[in-house]
Amino acid sequence: MSGNGEDGRQPEDRDLAKRLDDLGRRLSAKEREALAARKAQEPRPGGDATAMSNALRLSGEFIAGVVAGAGIGWAIDTYLGLSPWGLIVFLLLGFLTGVWNVLRAAGYLKTPRDHGSGGR
Amino acid sequence: MASPTEQFEIRHFTGPLFHLGDSPVTFTNSALFMVLAVGVITAFLAAATAPRAVVPGRWQNLGELLYEFVASTVRQSAGKDGLVFLPLVFSLFTFVLIANLLGLLPYAFTVTSHIIVTAALALLVIFTVIGYGVAKHGAKFLNIFVPSGVPGWLLPLIVAIEVVSFISRPVSLSVRLFANMLAGHIALKIFAGFVAALLAGGFAAFLSPLPLAFTVALTALEVLVAVLQAYVFAVLTSLYLHDALHPGH
Repeated sequence: MSGNGEDGRQPEDRDLAKRLDDLGRRLSAKEREALAARKAQEPRPGGDATAMSNALRLSGEFIAGVVAGAGIGWAIDTYLGLSPWGLIVFLLLGFLTGVWNVLRAAGYLKTPRDHGSGGR
Repeated sequence: MASPTEQFEIRHFTGPLFHLGDSPVTFTNSALFMVLAVGVITAFLAAATAPRAVVPGRWQNLGELLYEFVASTVRQSAGKDGLVFLPLVFSLFTFVLIANLLGLLPYAFTVTSHIIVTAALALLVIFTVIGYGVAKHGAKFLNIFVPSGVPGWLLPLIVAIEVVSFISRPVSLSVRLFANMLAGHIALKIFAGFVAALLAGGFAAFLSPLPLAFTVALTALEVLVAVLQAYVFAVLTSLYLHDALHPGH
């Protein structure tokens, strides 16, 4: 009789184990699906631009800001005779611009441009 | 060992053809390679568009790939209405790309390693942006300097930064391309020069394969940079043109 009872429970255990396995498999499949979906949504705003083209771009943005600021400051000094104030103010402003440019190029700033593309 | 900057020297093939203001205009090696680049592009596109087959052949396939690539770049960065500028961006992209790649051939001259060339291209882009923006939006074009949603006390500073940022665009556009090409070619020449110097150095000659291997690796990198720089130029051009189409919001 006791053997009979064990026989009765074993299929039940096996059933339970099978159902657990099944659940585990279905869960992991769901998880993988969700992960893949998240990865598919992730592409950066640059689209198919490679990371290197982004890097090349960022380095230039900062330098250009400083150079442009220094250029404007120098021009103001030369043509308006405000030396050295034009260079001081606009070099600092150029530095700010460089940081601003880099932040924007890296997509950390909400700019009018982003609002525009968001609205489209 | 030849000077690493010798390759950037301008050589005059002819005497002055005519005068522009006070400066004589001559046919130089730079002009020759610009003509070559335009010639290569024209020949390629002529070969690509000549068959006009429904099922594209090899050349037509290449041409269509190139067109689709530039068109999708413009559509992504400048938006759908930015496609009016596709001819401009396509011309700039192909010219920069072919000029960069031609410069990698031995004995060739790299047009884009001179800042006057890249600056002219960048100014063309910026004046197109200003011209089209003013023509289309009038005074409203100035809105690109005024981001929306900025508190009033911060506005003067932000506007000043935006103005400097706008002026920095042609600078960054031209300097990036010029500096990459110049630095790449100088590095290539220096490492290639090491090979010759080591070979002539007697005992040290057994070291000469090292810079040779490095030169080969650098050449591959330079091909990548040549293509990437042309692509970056096209992307940034379309981004700036987007501003001309939609100044502020």
